[in-house]
Amino acid sequence: MSTGTPMGGAAESQARADELVEETTKPTRLRGLSDWWNHLPRLSQWAFLLIAVAAAFALPLVNIPLLTTEPSNDWPLACAEMARYALVAVGLNVVVGQAGLLDLGYVGFFAVGAYVAALWTSPDSTLVHIPYLLTLPLAAMVTVVFGVLLGIPTLRLRGDYLAIVTLGFGEIIRLLATIIPALRGQQGFQEVGHPPGTNAEGNPIFSNSAGAPWYWLTITVIILVMIALGNLERSRVGRNWIALREDEDAAEIMGVPTFRYKLWAFGIGAALGGSAGAIAAGQIGFVNNQRFDVQMSVLFLVAVVLGGQGNKFGAILGGAIVAYIPLRFTGIAEFKYLIFGAVLVVLMIFRPQGLFGKRPHLLTFERRAHKRIANLANAPAVSTAPAGTTKEAGQ
Amino acid sequence: MDQWISFDWEALGANFWSATVDGLTFGGIYALVALGYTLVYGVLNLINFAHSEVFIVGAYAVVFTLTSLGFGPSVPNLAWYAIAANLLLALVFGMLASAVTAFIVERVAYKPLRAKGAPRLVFLISAIGMSFVIQYLIFWWRGPNPEPAVIMFQNKPVFDIGGTLIYFDSILIVSAAIIMMVVVDQFIRRSKLGRGIRAVAQDPDTATLMGVNRERIIVSTFILGGLLAGVAALFYVMKVPSGVLYLGGFLLGVKAFTAAVLGGIGNVRGALLGGLLLGLIGNYGQILLGSAQWNDVVCFVVLIAVLMVRPEGILGSNLGKVRA
Repeated sequence: MSTGTPMGGAAESQARADELVEETTKPTRLRGLSDWWNHLPRLSQWAFLLIAVAAAFALPLVNIPLLTTEPSNDWPLACAEMARYALVAVGLNVVVGQAGLLDLGYVGFFAVGAYVAALWTSPDSTLVHIPYLLTLPLAAMVTVVFGVLLGIPTLRLRGDYLAIVTLGFGEIIRLLATIIPALRGQQGFQEVGHPPGTNAEGNPIFSNSAGAPWYWLTITVIILVMIALGNLERSRVGRNWIALREDEDAAEIMGVPTFRYKLWAFGIGAALGGSAGAIAAGQIGFVNNQRFDVQMSVLFLVAVVLGGQGNKFGAILGGAIVAYIPLRFTGIAEFKYLIFGAVLVVLMIFRPQGLFGKRPHLLTFERRAHKRIANLANAPAVSTAPAGTTKEAGQ
Repeated sequence: MDQWISFDWEALGANFWSATVDGLTFGGIYALVALGYTLVYGVLNLINFAHSEVFIVGAYAVVFTLTSLGFGPSVPNLAWYAIAANLLLALVFGMLASAVTAFIVERVAYKPLRAKGAPRLVFLISAIGMSFVIQYLIFWWRGPNPEPAVIMFQNKPVFDIGGTLIYFDSILIVSAAIIMMVVVDQFIRRSKLGRGIRAVAQDPDTATLMGVNRERIIVSTFILGGLLAGVAALFYVMKVPSGVLYLGGFLLGVKAFTAAVLGGIGNVRGALLGGLLLGLIGNYGQILLGSAQWNDVVCFVVLIAVLMVRPEGILGSNLGKVRA
């Protein structure tokens, strides 16, 4: 059950009844893994998460045969790229998955973040130079401003208009990077900064060819973001997002200020995209106007859709998969857009909820309340059920 | 400090009239593509994201037809009626290719979802996927470079207005766009299929109850949009002979969509008005700001501005409200 404290007799039977109700009201389809996870005590959940995080941190150090992207691509660098896509997917998931806003210009925010890092750290820029690590929050702040500026006029629009407008925004950013002289077009910015620190030989730890430190930096950011987002989802903001996504009109009628919460989602998503962009700029060490195109935006979208819209763990996996496949299977890397385009169509037709499931289980308190209500409705049936079968059903 | 942005009013003043003619010419092409967006949107209330690829497939068909007929990068040495006949043939193949593509898009990306009653975003995402698939199938087949240029005829100035030369292709494209628009408008107003399209646009359920075959209407609308995209493809190849590449449809598609929204999406006459206006605005912006890419930026800004100020567009947006 969801509480770790020992329970008295009455509470225990109540808990068993809850389990039975949950079991009987569930669709018959197998949902083993998520069921198992939801029934773990909170403490074990944390323990498993710790193991998962430790494994994630160890990832660039262990070079598992078959899984590795070598010899064609350096494994730690591949890990760094996967982590970066995962961060982007987590950010886009807030916009697409949580608030239900289809953003096709997400690469625009990524680009803004990259250019913020470049403009304030590269010797090619004439602006004041600041330490690289400060550019991460700065990139987040600047992209929030961009997100809000874009969001205020456009978030009142219907979903498909919004898709085209954001697409236009992404293209505007890319084109401006090309045609504004100060942004140096294809020539770009060399020697973008990196975090401080040198290793024993006196080389910088965060060099452009060392994937592992960048990977660790990125997943640290991801973990912080996940904790913050988890709390946000359990707050009023998260509940409003869910209401918004499920039925905008109903949410509006129930008093959810839909526009404000869309703007929240858009701003938070933009900030995460911007941070990912700043990390990418630091790791690659070079920013120019290439690669910030619509194709990237659609790849990001594929990551979110693949992972399951609204499922932030799914988004991480989706992002990692989208980055991993072209790096691992270099033979098909050329066709990645073709493949991912087909993946979008096939997913939408056969599994619109994504690989890892779309709808998150009801959030903590709602889930308990829901069970109580369902329990009241089914009370007579539950009281006659034998205790042994209930327990088995619960496991 | 480097320069961020500059305005060149003198260039705009000097080239104003030629920019106007050029803008109207591109506007005619936008308008024809915009019709495809408008018709599908009117009937389904969905953006056909893959329409830009429907268009570019038509452009490929036009180029292939003309190349196999002996056209190439130099002006063909043929009598005018022979050229006209060849162009007509290319037009037919372009329209066919686009219509078939539109049909396939509808069958693969829309119909299965419609049968399931999927939410709107799902349609949009599958259409984006479809657009990607077509783009990269072309990329796979033809590589990243544009097709070799195909020149259709010697483009001569027809007349001269106050020092501005007006070329034959501009007159042909603009007048063809206007004629096509009138034809489509009358078709929607008077024909049986047009009545069906309007009925489904007004109220799909009632239309079905009244004996309108909704599925057939939807497929026909996609095909109609495809046929018009094929016409636009011929003019696009005429105007931009070396612009046929796998990504060529994308920007034009977004601009055509902008044109449709500007004129009022779902509104056939609005598509023409929006197309011509957007062609003008984009071209003026391009000359004022000094680079061809500004054309795209200006168009995107127009799109955002229109949606902010008047999301229903200039002429209002409802295919269903058209009266016979």
